[in-house]
Amino acid sequence: MSRKVFLASFAHEQHLLSAVQAARKRDWDIVDIYSPYPVHGLEPLLAWRRSLLPVACFFGGAAGIILALWFQFWSTARSWPIDVGGRPWNSLPAFVPVTFECMVLFAGFAVVIAFFLRCRLYPGKTDSVALKGLTDDRFALAVRDPGEVAEPGAVHAVMHECHVLELIESVQGEPR
Amino acid sequence: MVSAALPLHAPSDVPSTPWIAGDKTASQVTSEICGPLERRASGWWWLAFLAAGSVLLLGAAAVSYQIMVGIGTWGLNRSVGWAFDITNFVFWIGIGHAGTLISAILYLFRQKWRTSVNRSAEAMTLFAVACAGLFPVIHMGRPWLFYWVFPYPNYRGPLWVNFRSPLVWDFVAISTYFLISLLFWYVGLIPDAATLRDRLRPGWYRRFISLLSLGWNGSYRTWRRYEIVYLLLAGLATPLVVSVHSVVSMDFAASLLPGWHSTIFPPYFVTGAIFSGMAMVVTLMLIVRKVMRLEDYVTPRHVDVMTRLVLGTSCLVGLAYAIEFFTAMYAGNRYESFTFLNRLLGPLGWGFAIMLACNVFIPQLLWFRRVRDNLLAVFAICVLVNVGMWMERFVIIVGSLERDFLPSTWTGYVPTLIEIATLLGSFGLFFTCFLVFCRLLPVIAMAEVKGVVAAEHGSSASTTAEGHP
Repeated sequence: MSRKVFLASFAHEQHLLSAVQAARKRDWDIVDIYSPYPVHGLEPLLAWRRSLLPVACFFGGAAGIILALWFQFWSTARSWPIDVGGRPWNSLPAFVPVTFECMVLFAGFAVVIAFFLRCRLYPGKTDSVALKGLTDDRFALAVRDPGEVAEPGAVHAVMHECHVLELIESVQGEPR
Repeated sequence: MVSAALPLHAPSDVPSTPWIAGDKTASQVTSEICGPLERRASGWWWLAFLAAGSVLLLGAAAVSYQIMVGIGTWGLNRSVGWAFDITNFVFWIGIGHAGTLISAILYLFRQKWRTSVNRSAEAMTLFAVACAGLFPVIHMGRPWLFYWVFPYPNYRGPLWVNFRSPLVWDFVAISTYFLISLLFWYVGLIPDAATLRDRLRPGWYRRFISLLSLGWNGSYRTWRRYEIVYLLLAGLATPLVVSVHSVVSMDFAASLLPGWHSTIFPPYFVTGAIFSGMAMVVTLMLIVRKVMRLEDYVTPRHVDVMTRLVLGTSCLVGLAYAIEFFTAMYAGNRYESFTFLNRLLGPLGWGFAIMLACNVFIPQLLWFRRVRDNLLAVFAICVLVNVGMWMERFVIIVGSLERDFLPSTWTGYVPTLIEIATLLGSFGLFFTCFLVFCRLLPVIAMAEVKGVVAAEHGSSASTTAEGHP
């Protein structure tokens, strides 16, 4: 597979959407899309695999519940049982608030940590895209060079039809 | 016109003017929000910072003194063992709640107007919870032993904390609330930090913002996951915010004291918290829009919607007062009915009058559009709401303690200057933190506002194409 990638920038969301549509129609490999805000309408066009982040959230929450319940039971009823107003050792209803808070805490941190790991976001990361203004008001589409499959100059022609502002070629690693 | 008071759905009588005034482009949004951060601070900012910093120093001096001498410097006595300190704690926790309402609950309701205020409101939540957290720590008397509230292996057995106590629930709830709010705020900040990073000149400030931005580059692969994470955090924060003030209310409700021992407390406290928090958001945003020149982003229409929320929650708080009073009179428990008559006619009757006037009667002026459009009037009402909500907690806490079951233990309570200085100091801390935030980070969620602007441009383009004005 070619490692050459075309990076096309656009001034408007609509131009980006039409470029994505054109690329999809020709079955070109879309490496990524860049925008200053989440562009709605891309999801059905791209039909990328669903994210598994909610699963991380669920397991984080489940771990929170189990840990909190186990710890409260163990410390209150096993390790050092305290008689508080004659309540039972294992006062399950009284353990609900702490269990709930731990569920939220673990689920929240699990999903955010999973997000950072999956998207490789970390402090000190500097790798950026060759085009400027993508966090300001520009949109960009990165497509892998279709090579022999398409006619020479096909990417240039299609992008110009979609009002491309700038079109550069770069070499990138495998898409994430 | 009840539906007009509940702005969870687009009210029909609000003119369909755009949320962001001035027909902005995305690039304009970036430069107008980032611009003030790249320039030197204005004279107004310095003035406000020095004022807030001075009050913070006063508070720091008062706290240092009471830690050195002990909490005997407070006006507490054997009957009134909880007073100013816990009032301030509940007040500040309540202030924080509006930030989560705006960032999480209104996000789930798809309210576009929240984008102009959510960043500041969330920052407000963090600083308010930090102020709140300060008070229990001071109240311990020996704050250096604060870590004893953690259930950690210790040399006392190990003797664990009592998980059946609402005070432990409270500690866990507040810590979780602070951490999840911080996480939510930070995740929302990452794209804007990247925008700011790409504009700044090299230097320490750029390095700091660059660290915060985590190498964000606007990739759609990241954006779509980001939206999932944001939605999940909003879904988690919504029940969390309800649980936090419910647990705070259980600190009181789980005791047997008349005036505290009441099942209405959790919803009553949550509503009151959102009420006071919304009033604080309006107060802050009215100042920020003027000082930071953000009139196009926080428009009178935003203020209108927020004041409707203040009005709606004011009515709910009024209803809670009425139910509480009715139940006390109707239930036939003589201690309960005495406590409520004492609130009305006893030594703290003046506080009860202030609370009723500021929380229930004065906000009713917000039914009138002319009042809602007058920003000065809105500002005054919102400040009064916070005075009233502080007084509500004071009346509930001190009013119930100073006249309990046994007339021989009845007493009064007067705060000392040290306690007043500590309360002022917490305001100093809150405003100092907020002012520093305004100088360091974008006060408006740029990426979200750009989405709203683009949607408005899109919808105006499509309505024009269909031939509608």
